[in-house]
Amino acid sequence: MDRRKYLKTLAVTSLGTGVMLQSCGPETKTETQAAAPTFTIDRTKEELVREQKLLADKFFDEHEMKTITVLVDIIIPKDEVSGSATDAGVPQFIEFIAKDMPRYQTQLRGGLKWLDLQSMKQYNTDFASCTAEQQISIVDEIAFPEEAKPEMQAGVAFFNTMRDLTACGFFTSQIGIKDLGYVGNQPNQWDGVPADVLAQYGVAYDQRTLDISVKHDA
Amino acid sequence: MQDFQIKKNPKAYDVAIVGSGAGGGMAAYVLANAGIKVVLLEAGPLYDPAKNVTQLKWPWESPRRGASSPYRHFGDFDAAYGGWELEGEPYTQKDGTKFDWFRSRMVGGRTNHWGRISLRFGPKDFKHRSIDGLGDDWPIGYEDVAPYYDKVDRLIGVFGSEEKMANEPDGIFLPPPKPRLHELFIKNAGTQLGIPVIPSRLSILTKPLPGNDKRGKCFFCSQCNRGCTVYGDFSSSSVLVKPAIATGNVDIIPNAMVRQVLTNEEGKATGLSFVNKEDMQEYEVSAKIVMLAASACESARLLLNSKSSRNPNGLANGSNIVGKYLHDSTGAGMGGILPKLVGRKRYNEDGVGGMHVYTPWWLDNKKLDFPRGYHIEYYGGMGMPGYGFGSGMQHTNGKYPGRNGEQKKAGGYGASLKDDYRYFYGATFGMSGRGEAIAREDNYCEIDPNVVDKFGIPVLRFHYKWSDYEIKQAKHMKETFEEIIEKAGGVVTWGKSGPENNYGLETPGRIIHEVGTTRMGNDPKKSAVNKFNQAHECDNLFVVDGGPFVSQADKNPTWTILALSMRASEYIIDQLKKQNI
Repeated sequence: MDRRKYLKTLAVTSLGTGVMLQSCGPETKTETQAAAPTFTIDRTKEELVREQKLLADKFFDEHEMKTITVLVDIIIPKDEVSGSATDAGVPQFIEFIAKDMPRYQTQLRGGLKWLDLQSMKQYNTDFASCTAEQQISIVDEIAFPEEAKPEMQAGVAFFNTMRDLTACGFFTSQIGIKDLGYVGNQPNQWDGVPADVLAQYGVAYDQRTLDISVKHDA
Repeated sequence: MQDFQIKKNPKAYDVAIVGSGAGGGMAAYVLANAGIKVVLLEAGPLYDPAKNVTQLKWPWESPRRGASSPYRHFGDFDAAYGGWELEGEPYTQKDGTKFDWFRSRMVGGRTNHWGRISLRFGPKDFKHRSIDGLGDDWPIGYEDVAPYYDKVDRLIGVFGSEEKMANEPDGIFLPPPKPRLHELFIKNAGTQLGIPVIPSRLSILTKPLPGNDKRGKCFFCSQCNRGCTVYGDFSSSSVLVKPAIATGNVDIIPNAMVRQVLTNEEGKATGLSFVNKEDMQEYEVSAKIVMLAASACESARLLLNSKSSRNPNGLANGSNIVGKYLHDSTGAGMGGILPKLVGRKRYNEDGVGGMHVYTPWWLDNKKLDFPRGYHIEYYGGMGMPGYGFGSGMQHTNGKYPGRNGEQKKAGGYGASLKDDYRYFYGATFGMSGRGEAIAREDNYCEIDPNVVDKFGIPVLRFHYKWSDYEIKQAKHMKETFEEIIEKAGGVVTWGKSGPENNYGLETPGRIIHEVGTTRMGNDPKKSAVNKFNQAHECDNLFVVDGGPFVSQADKNPTWTILALSMRASEYIIDQLKKQNI
């Protein structure tokens, strides 16, 4: 087989497959029977049945989704490099994870409730309805685990989970991978650490390693 | 017509094989190429990594971003279906002990996701009782298996380096890839500590395999566990089963869950009975020879369930040894951060699937308080983000100065936090020890008399306990890992543990190297099969998975399963020619 030909084929078939997640959000659910989800990755029959059920279900209500949307953009906002968590579809990702991994459900739902109660206590309205300054003021009390007051511990634990889910959802999205500068997942010819990087860290390949390691055709 | 009937396949086969993983795939390949008519029964669906693709897919193509799911415990992109629990296929535990049983019911079985670590057992590994008085010697030695290791190397391909270490025999190697950056730091640390760090030995084609135009060479995407669309690595599905079927001598029956080995009045195996998972109907297939390669525990289960008036104890089990001497590799791990790697330059660091360097066992157990060794596997670097990426940043970003040199408060949010993920990306690394446990009679699986699975097949019940030998070995692993991490310039971030949890020693079964349940030997009272994997009590029955292992060694079992299955298959060809079976 011509190696170049198959590498090319692989490269082409792996493009244009990044839109699947957009069909995963609860907003695509309609009154009619949801169409079977299509996947660009191998799925067994049993997996397809489960995915279809998960995608058709809805866990968070509208208010909860609104709060999640505010929170994830506080955690990962748009900056000079890339877009925000909501730009990257993080709320929809969190909705899916809550359905896929039920262990998250109580913690997330309860944490959102905790957050609204804090907001009510301090500002007499729910978190999503607070001003941006008020929201940040509440987040400041739960976003720094080593400084947070003991009575805020439940909020800290919730925020740690939200930080993890937001970072995961963001940096595994198309926007996030580009932001991170991950340049793999494509056909390559690994020929060792680049020379400038070896020099930067003061390391080198010994002669034996150079002698025995695979050499690539030009 | 009655509701329940058994459909008999009218075709008479020379050999019926149960299971299409390393052992079954190799047997099918060798026999089919010798013109022998084979029927290959697989308990799961057909699978071909060129058709069932997860390779070169992006994390967002999985709604859970590659996380584990009930149907793929190793994650959404992993090639292996299944896991430690399967719907409707329970197993039970005995006396408060625990063994986790990983099953991957699909063509190729667990070879679809394994680490491709392809180590030969060494001379000592076959004769360890003679060295330390523990366990038993194999009835064969390295010299018996070496020619088959050579043939497996040539047939399948493995990269590595000649090291001339006494108990780590060199193979016929393709050239290894150069180490990654963190692997260089580990290698330098090892050199200072007197711990060998040598090129890994993986069945991945860094160069085209001589004489084989059906397989492409590796293109360094680091995703062997997803299955390779160009067959650049070894899985039984792509490298053995597919070409075996192409000979025209193999009929494969997928979704065939085998109930028992059928026998006649003389005690000979006559075929297999199975339930087809698609139509839930009962079938039988007959063959002159039956080979079990269903995995160590599943093959033991089959034998124990193949009871008859002649074999009330199960087939090939007059010794009462079937199911006993079950042992998995030991496992423990630790990870850390390399502060010097924060803010590192980006480049494609994927490399081959898995480590480019590893540490074979390097010490003399006579000078230690535990009898058997372990090897160390390494990982780290700028991998593709997946589920779990960035988790626990509050444990990291408050500990090290940020990009501007200033110490931050742990945790946080906003643009500053967003930059922390970029800054710390690719700076973590870790290692896993994989060691030899002593095979013991009182670690076993047996039939649970009270429980059946959804097919009505009695299930296995496990009894497994680690001994002090394994716990002391895990302690040594942890001490070594900490030394390596610190000497490499790293800081341990997880994995420190003490006697309260057996030094992080994993639950047996978690390393998925379980072997020993139908062990081989010269004495029919103490072993289930002879040195050719042939049942002592039933000469047309063979077991060619990990079951016949007498001891596991501090190596991964796959290469030895392949070599022994090839050896047993050639023996069968020879015996058929001589009309001895």
